[in-house]
This record gives sequence, structure tokens and C-alpha cells, in this order.
Amino acid sequence: MSWITGVGLTPFGRLEGRSTLDLMSEAATEALASAGLERRAIDGVICGYSTTLPHLMLSTVFCEHFGLAPAYAHAVQLGGATGFAMVMLAHLLVGAGAAERILVVAGENRLTGQSRDSAVQTLAQVGHPVYEVPLGPTIPAYYGLVASRYVHEHGAPPEDLAELAVLMRANAARHPGAHLREPVTAAEVLASKPIATPLRLLDCCPVSDGGAAVVVARDPGRGGVRITGAAQAHTHQHVSAAPSLTRFGAGDSSARALAQAGRTLGEIGYAGIYDSFTITLAILLEEIGLAPRGGAGRLAREGHFAPGGPMPLNTHGGLLSYGHCGVGGAMAHLAEAWRQMRGEAGDRQGRVPAVALLHGDGGVLSSHVSLVLEQAA
Amino acid sequence: MSHAAADWTRGEPGLAYQECRACGQRWTFARRFCPACGATEVETRAASGRGTVHALTTVARAPSAALRPHAPYTILLVDAAEGYRLMAHGEGDLAIGDPVTAHFAPFGEGLIPVFRKDVP
Ligand SMILES: [Zn+2]
Repeated sequence: MSWITGVGLTPFGRLEGRSTLDLMSEAATEALASAGLERRAIDGVICGYSTTLPHLMLSTVFCEHFGLAPAYAHAVQLGGATGFAMVMLAHLLVGAGAAERILVVAGENRLTGQSRDSAVQTLAQVGHPVYEVPLGPTIPAYYGLVASRYVHEHGAPPEDLAELAVLMRANAARHPGAHLREPVTAAEVLASKPIATPLRLLDCCPVSDGGAAVVVARDPGRGGVRITGAAQAHTHQHVSAAPSLTRFGAGDSSARALAQAGRTLGEIGYAGIYDSFTITLAILLEEIGLAPRGGAGRLAREGHFAPGGPMPLNTHGGLLSYGHCGVGGAMAHLAEAWRQMRGEAGDRQGRVPAVALLHGDGGVLSSHVSLVLEQAA
Repeated sequence: MSHAAADWTRGEPGLAYQECRACGQRWTFARRFCPACGATEVETRAASGRGTVHALTTVARAPSAALRPHAPYTILLVDAAEGYRLMAHGEGDLAIGDPVTAHFAPFGEGLIPVFRKDVP
């Protein structure tokens, strides 16, 4: 049993002059204030990685900078799945008695800290260095391959996938911290410039600067939210070696997290699902069982995932519109779920959910982490 | 691990794959043991270059300045006739399920496999 007792989330976007450590520190400061904790109350620190601050020991670089001397600290690397993997690890460590209050923190000036070419090249290294990278693929290309197969097998029209981008932008318009807040229509998504077919610019998340942090603790603090289920699944690293392009580890991972919590999908009242591309979101929603195969976009159009609908989804705007700063990207999904569960989401507040499901993926749908959050009984 | 087969990843115009003598598993990424059963009796073989398009995407924005003049180009996942999957380039009008055959062309700093649709 563990509790999320505080969250911190910076605005995402173009934040000129802020370094990785600045963004981590801002998020950590807000998370500690949110939990009502002083620095000395933190006895564990788990951080992610930053492509603009590559370091062998980022956790202690951060601890030194921020002024922490914890009994436990290290970094975690699992691509897009890192944020939820860190929270799962903190949950397990707290449960095992290795620490009382763990600060989980991420931040990166991914947008302004490097050139666009350098960002694209760094991320393209997700590909196999011998068998894939020489062919000139990009991250959107790996997901474009997956999307081509999705369209082939399910016959979902491209305007359906576009609906997921439309929804994320509509949600972001209600969040002052979001990177992209200008509403878009499905027609605009379909008319945006091609990146890697069938994916277009507005099917892809932006690159942002930003930071996020949470406190995972053994005691509930001032009204925390419980973590009652956490599970992972890893099926491959490179898309060439994926056992399937239509079945990934999300179904397995989420089913085990729900079973651990003793919950069913029908009890979920809020979903925070990784959405690096519209295709990522569609596949994850469908594989988890929150939408029928090929039907995620159609449900979005029908209002199923709207803030006032039956299954509010990424009400902050997700990676697609709140933005993507690397490890902190998915942690924004968690910060928003936490606020929804505490009824603190302001204009974005839906019916306060009793149970929320979070799911992240890393690589090319390679690594999956699912978390179940619940209100105090 | 023998290198009897021509292999584009070493600058040679050919596709190589590996097969486990113990369990029959076939795969693309070369290694000294079988990823399915762990046996070390692994054979490197030359593939026919024939296969079927499993997935495809046309890349409009290349990842580096060096590759930008090549864009747009099409990247495929091909199910090789020998029963393994590989990433390659595609040429011409292609769709999932199309039967294709490889030739080899310079791209970036090396030689890469490029698949064209078979003429019936
Ligand atoms: Zn074997």
C-alpha cells in the first residue's frame, strides 16, 4: 500500500532559459508544498533521465542541487514508460519499508535545450543501431508502421484517429499550463503536413520543456490518493522484433494491475493514457478494453472520453496538447488524475472518480506500465 | 557464427538471417545464441530476398540533414519468405500484403535493402 500525497507540474511549452535541473526543482518544490512536506521529510528520490543533461548519476546531481540527502536514490530509464515505472518502483519500495516518503521527479528542457535535429536524432536511436537506424527511420516512422497495420486490420478511417487529437486539444484549452491550446478540427488534423504516413503533424505530440514530480508515501498525509495496483509487461524493444503489430503488452499489464487492485474496467471513472501519437492512444485504449478494436476514435467523436462523458481521458490535454518533455510527459497524466480524484481540477473537473487507471508505454509499444489509483476507502 | 552470407549491414548486397539448429527458430538481429531456446548452434544463412509487405510508412521528415535530400522515402516491415521479419525500404506504389523482392541501393553512409513489388 502506498499513497500519492502531493504532485507538482510545471507549465509545458517553450520555457526559455530553464535547465533540466531548474525544471526538476520547480516541479519538486510544488510537489513538496502540495504534500505539506519539508525537504528533510524526503528519504528517497527516484528520477528519470534527460536527453539535455545526460549523466551517470542524475539522481544525486539533482539531490545535491535541490538540497536533499536521502537514504535511497537512483535514476530509471524506460523511455516513455519511465514516469509510471518510477511511481511503481516508489510504490514497491514504500511497501517494502525501504523508504517512508519518496520524491519521484522528472524535468527536461527538451524543446529549448537542443536543436530540433539533435532531438530527432537522439530519439531515433530507439531504433536498432545496425538493422534499423541506417534506414533513416524516425520515431513517427516506427509508429507510422504500426498505424498502417492498424488501419489495414481494423479499417478505421483516418478521420477517426484525428478525433483523438481534437479531443486532447479541446482538453488542453481548459488548462493554462498546456503547450498547445488553440482548438483544432478533424479536418485540420487531416490537412496538417504529412510526417510519416498515415501520421500527420497533428497526430504527433509536440516537443516541450517541462517538469513533473510526485511524492509517494507510506502514510496518507493530508488526503492522498492510494496506489492499489501496479504492473508491467515487456514484449520487445525494436519494432522489427515486435511479436505483433496489433497486440502489445498493454492488455496484459493493465489486466494484472486491475486484478491486483481487485477492480474491473467497469469501475474505472477516469483514464490517463499515454498518447505520444493518436495511434498510440487508440491502440492502448482498445487493448486495455476501454474501447472496441478500431473504435477509439469513433467513441471520442461521440463524446465518450470528454470531461463530462462516461470515461474522462487525459483532461489536461495529454502529450498531444499539454505537451511532451520526456519523462515528465506521462507524469502530467498522473498529476491530472490526482487532481481529478481530489476534485481540484477546476474548469476541467468531471465527476470525482473513485478509481482511475493510468497506462504508459515506452519504445515502440515495447514496455508497458499500468497503475490503479483509488480514493481513500 | 559464420559470415558465409552476404549481409547489407556489412556493406554487401544481400540479406542474411540466422537459424537455430536445435529448435528451428529464425531471426534477423545477429547474435551468438538462439533467443528462443538458448542453443549456441546458430547458422547464418542467405535469404532469397523475396517477401511480403507487413507494414509501411512514407517518411516525409528525415531524422538528419544528411538524409534529408532522400526524403520522402518509404520504410517497410517485410515478412521474408524464409519466415523472419526485417525492416527495409520500399520503392514504387506498395500496399500491405504485396509480394516484393529486394535489390540493394546506396543510402546515407551505406548500402540498404530496397523492395519492389513483384510483377505478376
Ligand atoms: Zn533455438
